[in-house]
Amino acid sequence: MYRYDEFDHAFVHERVAQFREQVERRLLGKLTEDEFRPLRLRNGLYLQLHAYMLRIAIPYGVLSPRQLRQLAMIGRRWDRGYGHFTTRQNLQFNWVKLVDVPDILSALAEVEMHCIQTSGNCVRNVTADPFAGAANDEIEDPRPWCEILRQWSTLHPEFSWLPRKFKIAISGAVEDRAAIAFHDIGLKIVRGPDGKNGFRVFVGGGMGRTPYVGQEIRPFLAKEHLLSYIESILRVYNLHGRRDNLNKARIKILVNQLGIDKFREDVEADWEQTRKDAIDLPEDERRRIMSYFAPPDLPPRPIRDEGLDQRRITDPVFANWLKHNVRPHQVPGYVSVVISLKEPGRTPGDASSDQMDFAADLAERYSRNEARVNYTQNLILPHVARSDLVSVYEELKAEGLATGNYDLLGDMICCPGLDYCNLANARSIPIAKEIAKRFEDPARQELIGPLRLNMSGCINACGHHHSGNIGILGVDKKGTELYQISLGGSPKDDAAVGTIIGPGFRAEAVPQAIDTIISTYLANRNDGEDFLATWRRVGAAPFKEALYGAA
Amino acid sequence: MPNVVTANRLLDGIVVYLAADGSWTEDIGCARLAETEEETKALEAEAARAVAERLVVAVYPMAVALHDGAVDPLSVRERIRAAHRTTLTKDWYDVPL
Ligand code: HEM
Ligand code: SF4
Repeated sequence: MYRYDEFDHAFVHERVAQFREQVERRLLGKLTEDEFRPLRLRNGLYLQLHAYMLRIAIPYGVLSPRQLRQLAMIGRRWDRGYGHFTTRQNLQFNWVKLVDVPDILSALAEVEMHCIQTSGNCVRNVTADPFAGAANDEIEDPRPWCEILRQWSTLHPEFSWLPRKFKIAISGAVEDRAAIAFHDIGLKIVRGPDGKNGFRVFVGGGMGRTPYVGQEIRPFLAKEHLLSYIESILRVYNLHGRRDNLNKARIKILVNQLGIDKFREDVEADWEQTRKDAIDLPEDERRRIMSYFAPPDLPPRPIRDEGLDQRRITDPVFANWLKHNVRPHQVPGYVSVVISLKEPGRTPGDASSDQMDFAADLAERYSRNEARVNYTQNLILPHVARSDLVSVYEELKAEGLATGNYDLLGDMICCPGLDYCNLANARSIPIAKEIAKRFEDPARQELIGPLRLNMSGCINACGHHHSGNIGILGVDKKGTELYQISLGGSPKDDAAVGTIIGPGFRAEAVPQAIDTIISTYLANRNDGEDFLATWRRVGAAPFKEALYGAA
Repeated sequence: MPNVVTANRLLDGIVVYLAADGSWTEDIGCARLAETEEETKALEAEAARAVAERLVVAVYPMAVALHDGAVDPLSVRERIRAAHRTTLTKDWYDVPL
């Protein structure tokens, strides 16, 4: 993985020192809260419902054991022994004290981490396919490009005061596992006409109040032009994006107001003018960064493992885990393992410090010193030998981390909601827990098949409810929490925004409503159809009728 | 309905209420109740001083109800804040889940 050079170290430490001084000035009264707020937000520090919240960037979701252990230590020493992995591959600590934050930032800097660009109207932490460098359907590892974008965007003077936040995601595989269609810019590495790889570029996707699926602005961009082209997109947005209305300031609004064709025209015109002078990445630098992402040395191993085959037959729970949480790897004899943070009864995406330490341990012993964070709020061991799977499973099981529900109903995405968040209208965590309980039986989830259930506690959509096959949105109706259900969203290559199915439900009625939706799907599905396929074929009518009675 | 004034403590962000003795308490039961508009204004003025003295941030007044002498913060949001903890599940739903 990428290692800081002297410049990176100096820069991050300087930032910590700067913030330490800013906190001191705040405490001495030399800064008012209004003056201090933008400074703390530039360092990922929010004030939430109960306490301060610190958002730590995990660049493109890659973590070394050393970093994971440091996060565990921070949780133990300065928080309440747990953190929350988010849909942006960040980690949030919910209970930090303002006075401790400079020390926490120092501890992060020690392991080459920080909170820069996790908040504010800048280019945020770039996210990626969590199976990057491991998945068997990969065209090219997206991580070097994420790192290049990270270095380019960090404190970029022209793009530090955009009209609104800006989110970029990259996928380098056939299957999109990074929800690129729901980002301001989505990049997909594809093979070009001449056999060389380049980027398919999408723009204007997003969640929030006005969800949009990103549209293609360029079918193919040669890789060497990535930076200048993205600069042109950002420049057009920076110039024309609205600054008068927070709700209309994202690039998605501009793209949809101009239309993709006009927007493309503007970008291409800017690019024609500026690309000659723009500094695209020097080849040496590209090579230097690439070298950090050389694949680990994984000597091919046997694909069959007798112990594993035996266990699969005798232990259906293990077989279920194997089927869902173990993913194919590029190198024969290896797999990637998803560590589910979705055991029924727990808060989706939360991990205790002990669990972080434990995952670090596993990464060290079984996965070539690498762990990953998925935007669906799970951890991943990217490079595990098949012959180690039984041992890995046993160890995970002992820690309650072997729930075999990856990409099934139980693998819900869920934002913190009103239990933590200052902007929330309704709670989401307790609803997720109740749904998890209702569908606890693995056999039932297996019967239902792949299903993305996403939930947010307000229209900001941090829990990606718009892109859930089933989406739940908490709203406030005259002081009562009410939950709106939408169906038919998808975060993948067939990206779609879900359709609100009808009037909202009170909290206590939500699990039954989900049950009714699932039963309707099961009653209507054809052989081999997943939820989304059935929804697309039969439409809303049967679901409406089941939920609300005949019209 | 009486009002109380709430805020977050500057140093650690913890939810607090302005108490009868002028201190800031984590216990909503100890919050000073303002029965009239003038009393609420006085509480707010006191809170503004506390902001200037860097004790608290994000100050606002809120209505509460009294049930058998116990302070009820009325909204789900304020109940969660007053409880200082998260994901208290069933208790607050009208119908058991
Ligand atoms: C608790 C503190 C949080 C605050 C104050 C917050 C605030 C916001 C706001 C205001 C938006 C809307 C932006 C817009 O529409 O322009 C948003 C979007 C989003 N947030 Fe959060 N959020 C929080 C936590 C989280 C968490 C925990 C996650 C992940 C689980 C997350 C991930 C996202 C994502 C993915 C989006 C939507 C994508 C987009 O269109 O930008 N946020 N957040
Ligand atoms: S969706 Fe709303 S409630 Fe949930 S974390 Fe985002 S801002 Fe908070």
